[in-house]
Amino acid sequence: MKYTDYYAALGVERGASADEIKKAYRRLAQKYHPDVSKEPEAEKKFQEVAEAYQTLKDPEKRAAYDALGSRPQGEEFRPPPDWARQHGGAGSERFSFDDVDFGDLFSRFGARESMQGQNFEVPVEISIEDAFRGTTLSLSLSMPEYDANGQLRRVPHTVKARIAAGAIDGQRLRLPGKGGKGFQGGRDGDLYLDISLKPHRLYRAAGHDLYLDLPLSPSEAVLGATLEVPTLAGPVSLKVPPGTSSGRKLRLSGRGLPKPRGGAGDLFAVAQIVAPAEPSERERELYRELADNSSFEPRRHFREEGT
Amino acid sequence: MTIETEVLWLDEHRVVSLHELVEISGLREAELLELVHSGALPVRDAAGGTYSFSARVVTVARTACRLRDDLDLDTRGLGVALKLLERVHDLEEEIARLRAQLPGR
Repeated sequence: MKYTDYYAALGVERGASADEIKKAYRRLAQKYHPDVSKEPEAEKKFQEVAEAYQTLKDPEKRAAYDALGSRPQGEEFRPPPDWARQHGGAGSERFSFDDVDFGDLFSRFGARESMQGQNFEVPVEISIEDAFRGTTLSLSLSMPEYDANGQLRRVPHTVKARIAAGAIDGQRLRLPGKGGKGFQGGRDGDLYLDISLKPHRLYRAAGHDLYLDLPLSPSEAVLGATLEVPTLAGPVSLKVPPGTSSGRKLRLSGRGLPKPRGGAGDLFAVAQIVAPAEPSERERELYRELADNSSFEPRRHFREEGT
Repeated sequence: MTIETEVLWLDEHRVVSLHELVEISGLREAELLELVHSGALPVRDAAGGTYSFSARVVTVARTACRLRDDLDLDTRGLGVALKLLERVHDLEEEIARLRAQLPGR
């Protein structure tokens, strides 16, 4: 395992008082708490700070930590053979440090009564197609579990979860009892999945609605057209009314993401008039002729006063 | 080891009781009720003095529990923090919806 310098994590001296440790923790926790912080890597930093505080705030754990000596951060090491016996309490005779994370070394303190298993929250990214059709996720997780001594060990688990059609960005799912195992009769923790949708080549999702850019040529915009547009269920025909300007949203009802209890969001095709970058000489000629004969004034409102 | 598992959607269709919310969130009943009374936790139904919630609230209550444990906030502080987080969440959702309507290229 790798040594972690908890004093450095909190930015305090090794001889810091309990009060100094508490103050340092509060300052850093407010800065990095993932529920309120927008700092980069807030979650990782908060975990480091919280792990350090969990150990240093408890005199028994702090003494056990100090007994490991001061080492460079990240140094590969194993606790001395008699350390577990001196600092681990009962049941430590046949103790092994295999599969134990440094941060879990101190979990046995106070682990005498029953404890609820840890809750786990996992961010999961799925494609818009998977959200549309539903998917089965196979998650490989390394979950801390208490052994008979109350020592936390990392145990690999594969959790398979069927995500029915209809998940949207920000959807949360609860898998009861699939978090860490409870200790001595404590209930098992829960696993939470925090769903987000991967960016898509064509569609942008907002809740159950989808937005699709619909490039139109100037003539299609003026004259109207019947076009084929892609939807998640396959191409459909869309009627673009004559006189469609950029930004107009053409709604394809029920062609968005399905809702879990029936129904579906809408697909909006957002008109975007695109000019040809390299028109042919003939096209240029026709546009010139059109310009000479058109009374269309798109900027008339610039001149109007008092509106 | 592979586990096939039950998946519960934390959305407005699913209903959780106060008792369930206590068990799932880690908050005490008195704390949850105080958050309800301060308007920080929306109730779905309060008929006959028995509260039930939309499962969406589970996420909010769990956040409250983390803030209580990690930042040592009392219930009044939690109420304020939850309302502000709700506003941030609504604004972020609104921004995402507006962004989705902007041309992609």
